[in-house]
Amino acid sequence: MRALCWHGKKDIRCETVPDPGIEHPRDAIIKMSCCAICGSDLHLFGGFMMGMKAGDIVGHEFMGEVVEVGRDNKALKVGDRVVVPFTITCGECEQCRRGNFSVCERSNRNKDLADKAFGHATAGLYGYSHLTGGYPGGQAEYIRVPFADCGPVKVPDRLSDEQVLFLGDIFPTGWQAAVQCDIQPTDTVAIWGAGPVGQFAVRSAILLGARQVVVIDRVPERLAMAAAGGAVTINFDKESVLDRLQELTQGKGPEKCIDAVGMESHATRSLDALYDRAKQAVMLETDRPHVLREMIYVCRPAGILSIPGVYGGLVDKLPMGALMNKGLTVRTGQTHVGRWTHDLLRRIEEGQIDPSFVVTHRGRLEDGPALYETFRDKHDGCIKVVLTP
Amino acid sequence: MTMTRDEAVRTARGLGWFSVGLGVVELLAPHAVARATGTRHDPVLVRACGVRELATGIGLLCARDPEPWLWARVGGDALDLAALAAGRTGRDDDRWRAGATLAAVAGVTAVDIACARALPRRATPARDDHDDRDRSGWPEPAEAMRGRALPFDVPPDLRVPELLRPYPTDGSPT
Repeated sequence: MRALCWHGKKDIRCETVPDPGIEHPRDAIIKMSCCAICGSDLHLFGGFMMGMKAGDIVGHEFMGEVVEVGRDNKALKVGDRVVVPFTITCGECEQCRRGNFSVCERSNRNKDLADKAFGHATAGLYGYSHLTGGYPGGQAEYIRVPFADCGPVKVPDRLSDEQVLFLGDIFPTGWQAAVQCDIQPTDTVAIWGAGPVGQFAVRSAILLGARQVVVIDRVPERLAMAAAGGAVTINFDKESVLDRLQELTQGKGPEKCIDAVGMESHATRSLDALYDRAKQAVMLETDRPHVLREMIYVCRPAGILSIPGVYGGLVDKLPMGALMNKGLTVRTGQTHVGRWTHDLLRRIEEGQIDPSFVVTHRGRLEDGPALYETFRDKHDGCIKVVLTP
Repeated sequence: MTMTRDEAVRTARGLGWFSVGLGVVELLAPHAVARATGTRHDPVLVRACGVRELATGIGLLCARDPEPWLWARVGGDALDLAALAAGRTGRDDDRWRAGATLAAVAGVTAVDIACARALPRRATPARDDHDDRDRSGWPEPAEAMRGRALPFDVPPDLRVPELLRPYPTDGSPT
């Protein structure tokens, strides 16, 4: 089969690799009908994530048709059309029973390695380094889905692939980012990053009743899409984020702040961003936390910082004094996708939202390497890429 | 010499490390470099070349688009070829070293050019022509969608801790 394989920094290739097979009685094999390039895949492409090996199949946002099931898998049958959450969950461990699917205790098959890196292992993820289990990813014609009687979500035929594909990652990720802000009707929610997760965070915050949603980015197409969704926009290339947020909140700051950027933040006219770049270049810092610093600084005291943006290692110069003294609550984590998928699928079916709005570029698997570059460079107004086999 | 874009990306990284290595050697041991290349150059000039090599090497390794840095290397190669030709000593034992160095630099120049020519952005499927201003995802104007998901029961573990909720929440004294 054909698959997109990681071979190093800026080096993803469309290659022919062996087909996957059933390895465990709970498995299923999915024939991919479409998949997406996620913003967090760009961290792999940029060489910022530890634990990748040459030849690893990437991609964790995918859907398709079940073509084979293990003998103990009673939840799926051949022919089912499913979206697969990017977090692999057993459904049985203590964390899964609590709904904390992204920290499933059993699905990361490289637990020892992950324990060393993070203290305790987190869930297995598709195509996202050997720290998260080293599972082959979904930017491939066929994918083996472990614990497939637990995670995959069956979707009705009347909805198109692009309407349901994002149930596997970015829609629940934006939704959880907003939910963990516990939004009140008087809240201003400030969202850094108008990429795909930021776009869904905007819509989630509005659906959950935020009085005002503000988005910070500098890419005109992304800001326009956020404005179409109902957000007030701040272009950090052209105006001061601090001044504008003060003005929009009568000098009090936003109650809730969402970091939909993560480890590769950019900033304009900002010394701390230059400092991060320099330290990252000489490997003295793995992540660039400009957005975290700015959120801590602008957030209203007793507010909440919600962090769906991916961080991978160590950051520097985090203003702990402000964080502590302002009494801020920090909520982080990969998404507990399974908590939200059925509710969000219902909302799509009811017509509350059509997630396909975010797709700007479509291509075939063999276009993948070039579209990774287009997406990374935000070239040609690229916001979200969907690939078909 | 032709190469695919994927080969060019990998070659550009190799050339980046080569530049960094050569730059360090030229900075630290300019006399040895002059002797090895069979030329009679001022160590300051050799060190200047080292600084240039380091700059292009770091540029190649760090830049998202290495193509401009490859053309910078081609320009540097041309300067090196001119300097090597001008700096020959004429001594017999230096003559073969200078010839070998010229041939090596010419070879690297060919690799630089082939790599730079193979790198321009690949043709990708263009975006569709929807206007982003139409891309709301909403069935109705955005303002009408505010609060549409309510009432929503935030899971207890994701609620604002009771101690951090606005106080008093209902305006009544406790």
